Amino acid sequence: MSLPCRVSLLPLAALTLLAACGRETRDFSNKMMDSPHRGAKFAGNAWRISNGARLFVWMNCAGCHSHGGGGMGPPLMDAKWRYGSSMSHVAYTILNGRPGGMPAFRGKITEDQAWELAAYVRSMSARTRRDALSGRADEPANVEPLPLEKRRRARAVTPEQDAAQKESSKIEGTGP
Amino acid sequence: MRRGAVLLVMALGGCSALYGPQSSAMGQGMESAHIGNLFDLFLWVTVPIYLGVMVFLALAMRRRQAMVQGAARPEQEAGWRLGLVLFAVTSALILFGLSVATWFTDRAIARAGAGPALSVEVIGHQWWWEVRYHDPVAGRELRTANELVIPAGATVKVSLSSPDVIHSLWIPNLAGKQDLIPGRTSDVVLKVPKPGEFRAQCAEFCGLQHAQMALPVSVRAPGGFAKWYNAGLATPPVPGGGPEFAGYSLFTGRQCASCHNIAGTPASGQVAPDLTHFGSRTTIASGALPNTAASLERWIADPQRVKPGTQMPQVPLSPEERAAVVAYLESLK
Repeated sequence: MSLPCRVSLLPLAALTLLAACGRETRDFSNKMMDSPHRGAKFAGNAWRISNGARLFVWMNCAGCHSHGGGGMGPPLMDAKWRYGSSMSHVAYTILNGRPGGMPAFRGKITEDQAWELAAYVRSMSARTRRDALSGRADEPANVEPLPLEKRRRARAVTPEQDAAQKESSKIEGTGP
Repeated sequence: MRRGAVLLVMALGGCSALYGPQSSAMGQGMESAHIGNLFDLFLWVTVPIYLGVMVFLALAMRRRQAMVQGAARPEQEAGWRLGLVLFAVTSALILFGLSVATWFTDRAIARAGAGPALSVEVIGHQWWWEVRYHDPVAGRELRTANELVIPAGATVKVSLSSPDVIHSLWIPNLAGKQDLIPGRTSDVVLKVPKPGEFRAQCAEFCGLQHAQMALPVSVRAPGGFAKWYNAGLATPPVPGGGPEFAGYSLFTGRQCASCHNIAGTPASGQVAPDLTHFGSRTTIASGALPNTAASLERWIADPQRVKPGTQMPQVPLSPEERAAVVAYLESLK
């Protein structure tokens, strides 16, 4: 390989590395509040998703939703979304509550934490960047966890729903 | 000249490390006393052996010279067989004796945990320490965070667990390292004859802020410990007015109360450090900052700047509101 060719490979390698960084970037600046790409930034980030997983237990979301399977509250790992599946819809639901028992968490958690929760909730149905998803759950399980492919397939309940979700993901910029 | 100065500073640093609140060289605990005795025994047995070996080596070298000059070979000398047998038997006896001493030391350390006077649970979180004191009377259970206070002279059993990742409790002056492993309970027994102030540190890499996960350990005279314990059980009064009351209202009404607990107030979160007697602690955020009003203000204003990655979020508060919360928390003696 000639020298110029090798040199041109360098930036390419650097770019490849950079592309992989997004999933793990930890933004401690607290400056994300007004970013229009907030949904994508939270949903595609492994650190935000795992923070959301922690908050999910801490705020006792599991008390009603179980670990995604639902109970007193609706399941979160299937393809049905009563109030929209996009990042902003889920964060809005968390912050403002919904009729039928979903409490409003505005003032109980910060807005960033609500978005982290939303990122985690969407990741339960593998509705997020694949490389940002955790390979395993935080809580101990007594059944074998579903492989990623199975989790992703849970989306397609009806073709219409699937299309609607794809559409809303596109708006959020966090294509499945 | 400069090198001399550097060496001097290093030597002084070494000395302070030897005598400081976080040093494994000057063990003050029961466990280290046992191991210290064993070490002394090994030292005084092995030093004469070492010197003896050196003497025999020197003799052998002299004999070798004599042999070159035509003296008899060792096998032809009288008593060499007896010498070898004596050597083997003595070595075996000494090794056996040291093994017995080790076994007794090990048993003594293991026995010490039986029938503890005090049972404490230490839970390692990312990145702080939760401390629970168990008491047979339900109302006398005490929960605190980022401080471990124990009575001098008593056997204290510390149970260790972790809800997130592997941590390790290391109080170098008092005991060896012991890991905190999610899903299981390990323990360490402390028995410290004299009061003192020490510092523990997480000794197993546990994430971004592993280095800022310290635990001040205070060993107090039994009377002082009982006083601290009873003060800890008391519910702090709700402030009557002023900035403290404004801070109380903000703390119990805002995000703080979702995670932190202050006994006797609506703030009853159980996932972050218990702040019931926060004002009496020496450090903030597990040793990250000294507990002063200025550093508390800094911590609340932007926790991520002080301890990047901490689970404590930046709660939106105006500077006046922040000052009120600081005044309230510092009043919780």
